[in-house]
Amino acid sequence: MTLVTGFLASIGAAILGLCQATGALVLFAVSGVSHIFLPPYYFGELWRQFIRIGYFSLPVVGLTALFTGGALALQIYAGGARFNAEAVVPSIVAIGMVRELGPVLGGLMVAGRVSASIAAELGTMRVTEQIDALTTLSTNPMKYLVAPRLLAATIAMPILAFIGDVIGIMGGFLVGVGRLDFNPTTYIRTTYDFLTTGDVTSGLIKAAVFGFIIALMGCYQGYHSGRGAQGVGRATTNAVVTASILILASNYLLTEALFPA
Amino acid sequence: MSTKISMQDVKKSFGPKDVLLGVNMEVEAGKSMVIIGGSGTGKSVTLKCILGIIEADSGLITVDGMDVAKQRGRARETLLDKFGMLFQGGALFDSMLVWENVAFRLLRGPRKLSKSDARDLAIEKLRRVGLEPETADLFPAELSGGMQKRVGLARAIAAEPEIIFFDEPTTGLDPIMADVINDLIREIVVEMGVTAMTITHDMRSVRKIADQVAMIHEGIVQWTGPVGAIDDSGNAYVHQFINGLPDGPIEAIR
Repeated sequence: MTLVTGFLASIGAAILGLCQATGALVLFAVSGVSHIFLPPYYFGELWRQFIRIGYFSLPVVGLTALFTGGALALQIYAGGARFNAEAVVPSIVAIGMVRELGPVLGGLMVAGRVSASIAAELGTMRVTEQIDALTTLSTNPMKYLVAPRLLAATIAMPILAFIGDVIGIMGGFLVGVGRLDFNPTTYIRTTYDFLTTGDVTSGLIKAAVFGFIIALMGCYQGYHSGRGAQGVGRATTNAVVTASILILASNYLLTEALFPA
Repeated sequence: MSTKISMQDVKKSFGPKDVLLGVNMEVEAGKSMVIIGGSGTGKSVTLKCILGIIEADSGLITVDGMDVAKQRGRARETLLDKFGMLFQGGALFDSMLVWENVAFRLLRGPRKLSKSDARDLAIEKLRRVGLEPETADLFPAELSGGMQKRVGLARAIAAEPEIIFFDEPTTGLDPIMADVINDLIREIVVEMGVTAMTITHDMRSVRKIADQVAMIHEGIVQWTGPVGAIDDSGNAYVHQFINGLPDGPIEAIR
């Protein structure tokens, strides 16, 4: 009996812990978002974060998209050849990149780069009392540190995803024309004809949500970092892992919502 | 003299650990209060409770008669405008230049200055703490520990606050630099007429900086009195602490 109650108690404690963590994360997110809209506004800090999160992620996102687009073209060609459907390569590459692979793979790559960087930076600031110092300088850390990062990532990620889409389609085009003997004009025309505005906007909506998740997890984990190098290391790992899982989970939910079966 | 900071029966726990068990303290305007006590006795928590960085579980903390816990939004920012703080490790923003650190408050908020005016003022404050103007364009990581403390001090006084907190200002410094920092703190406190609260283990600092001394142990103020009375306090905790005795009411973990 004691064994059973102990087992049940451990399950209960785990569920309570999860609820507590979820509640704390939601409160943190609400506070961060409210500070985006309430003055004072730190435009300089927003611009700095936009450059750090957006501009400096361009090479990572661009290279990821380029190789993904190329590999996708080869896979679809090989798969399509089994039922004489090689001609679908341009359209499937375009739809696959724009709806799914552009935002998701871009999001995961940016999560690795940006979530980790934000968590490490804020974690170090927490450990070295720089966040407390902000408070003593009459500056709300949520407003100065968290709100600009949330907004910058939410704006930057769709732009990155759009650029990634274009580069990914370009990767498919290069492989299609260079390796699979597609006519360049036909490839571009087919891509253009098959893509709809809905395909593009759905990918950009996803990317905006992923951007918010990336910044939120980096900020949350860094802001609540434990003491010492170990605490900052754990915060950084947790930020990347939780951001990646939430990106994949929210991708499914958003796909269900945007493209119901 | 009017009371600047008052703490009445302030309690704070972290989970099962009781840190403050009912702290009572009054700091008069324009006076320098030094809090002494062993590590982990709640000295830093006391300062952070006054600043509102940590919320006390119960009790009343007032600054100029205003209940700290009830200040929100703009009122809280106005309250915090009264404060400057020198952190133990400096807590300088390492992504900013030294002058941007010093002028942080002057580059934003209601008392915002132009960039050139803020820079000029930062350089003036750096001079005040004995640093050359060339230091202004360095990053904190390029400075020695003593210089970082001075920059932290310059940042704490830049906006001319009414109250300055010093958290272990001489920890990690060599004895000469520690003495320089002690002198600077005393000069600034007298010159600016500010109310100061300092946490330290360094008895040389206590004797140089303090007007009043409070000894915290086991979450309560065990003794408080003028610095001149510290050697004849008649309090066993104070006697053991200031003389660094291994035997007494304060248990040393060996």
